[in-house]
Amino acid sequence: MILLDRVTKTYSKALGPALNRVSIHIEPKEFVIVVGQSGAGKTTLLRLLTREERPSSGKIIVGGIDYDKLKDKDIPMLRRKIGVVFQDFKLLPNKNVYENVAFALEIVGASGYEIKNTVPKVLQIVNLKGKDKNMPLELSGGERQRVAIARAIVRQPKILIADEPTGNLDPKHAWDVIKVLEKINRFGTTVLLTTHNVAIVNKLKRRVVTLEHGKIISDRAHASYKL
Amino acid sequence: MKRAIITFFRILQTGIVNFIRNFSISIAAIAVMVVTLTVLLLSLVVNATFSNTISQITAKIDISVYLRNRDTPSQTTQLITELKSLPNVQSVQYLDKSQVLKQYEVQNANNQQLALAVSETSNPLPATIHIKPKNLNNIENIKSFLVKPNIKDLQSNPPSYSGSLEKAINNITHATDVLRELGIVAVVVFGVICALIIFNTIQMAIFNRRDEIQIMRLLGANKNYIRGPFIVESGIYGFLAAVISVVIINSLFVTASSTLQATTLGLLNISYATSYFDNHFLILLTLQILIGIMIGAVSATIATRRYLKFKLKP
Repeated sequence: MILLDRVTKTYSKALGPALNRVSIHIEPKEFVIVVGQSGAGKTTLLRLLTREERPSSGKIIVGGIDYDKLKDKDIPMLRRKIGVVFQDFKLLPNKNVYENVAFALEIVGASGYEIKNTVPKVLQIVNLKGKDKNMPLELSGGERQRVAIARAIVRQPKILIADEPTGNLDPKHAWDVIKVLEKINRFGTTVLLTTHNVAIVNKLKRRVVTLEHGKIISDRAHASYKL
Repeated sequence: MKRAIITFFRILQTGIVNFIRNFSISIAAIAVMVVTLTVLLLSLVVNATFSNTISQITAKIDISVYLRNRDTPSQTTQLITELKSLPNVQSVQYLDKSQVLKQYEVQNANNQQLALAVSETSNPLPATIHIKPKNLNNIENIKSFLVKPNIKDLQSNPPSYSGSLEKAINNITHATDVLRELGIVAVVVFGVICALIIFNTIQMAIFNRRDEIQIMRLLGANKNYIRGPFIVESGIYGFLAAVISVVIINSLFVTASSTLQATTLGLLNISYATSYFDNHFLILLTLQILIGIMIGAVSATIATRRYLKFKLKP
């Protein structure tokens, strides 16, 4: 599903590579956690997968799409196949919960009927039923993050990338978000989660890839993690 | 196809919503576009009015060639044929002596003494050929033809060129040309200023909506979906500016002709300009709207290409 082969990304020669010959292979329906300190290269890794950045060298293949052959005009099509959740939610403040989720469908030309049918179902999956008229500022951090997850999965992507989705949340809300991600994974979506929340990593008992200074220092199934 | 249509209407709807939301920052762009389109419309109407004035005066002007009484019909026919073949000749009209006399009597019907003087003699007026040139500024070839010795021999008197009117027409034509050039320069200058202000407005709108644009990109919105609403928004500036400019010009003519009761304003024939504007109202309105929308859309397309970076660098 996701293949990175000796991927290097250098922003500036003086600073050295943000990612250094990183190779990962993620199977369909896997739940993989990428851990590491700030500056380890987690966000760079995710930005390469969403094609916000190009690698300096190496090969990336996601869902059968070889990024070397991907033209700039095809990037929107790639992003429609990947759901992304951000630490800072990235919700539109002037749209309510329903509209924020519907927005992901609107930009791909979904009909009003399709939107009316799909959005309530997705809001139910992320346990936000009844909150559809609320504005983002009226919600708690955990609820906002679940809106962001709903928006990411509303187009039923095969892959969901979550970049520190619990970074701004207290433990209770953080765990609510993780439970939603697990539920989505059970439906068959490949989930790639970055975090440095040790408690979550140890409780989930999933495959853990550890990054340090842009290099993978461990890649173990059902692993626990220590800072 | 269905998705493309839905997307098109969403872009249109978003553009209209964004226009309403950002109305305050778009006022400068609309104002300068109103000035540009007003200058353009005024230039069009003034140009049409001057062209009409010139053609009206030109229609009254001709070159008269006075023939000798002893010229034979074949000589006259040959002269008419040769005159018709000259490049700048629009029409040639031959009047024999009796027709010239009738014309004279009609023209001097109010002056009985003159009419009596002519009728009492044996018609001293010569047969005449009236030549209408196509372009009054270029009658040299006709003049040089008429002074050829063999042609001059057929004439009783030197030809008449309606000299004073020719000079007046030259002046009007020159003034029209200058005004037309000034109009073009003004439209170009205001057009460039207009485009720069629209660039600035769109740049501000892009800055205000940078978070929304980033989210749209990350969610997989394509270039046209992001750019489209900005183009629609600028198109609305153009549409509004066009309507306002037509209203301004209309008010100007209404004020000049009814309130001030003026028929002319300097060289400008207000009555004709007003009737030209009324008769071509729909065409002018459509033209203004199309030009306004085009200026807005083209400026926004260039601005979004410049300020919305769609290319990734490795």
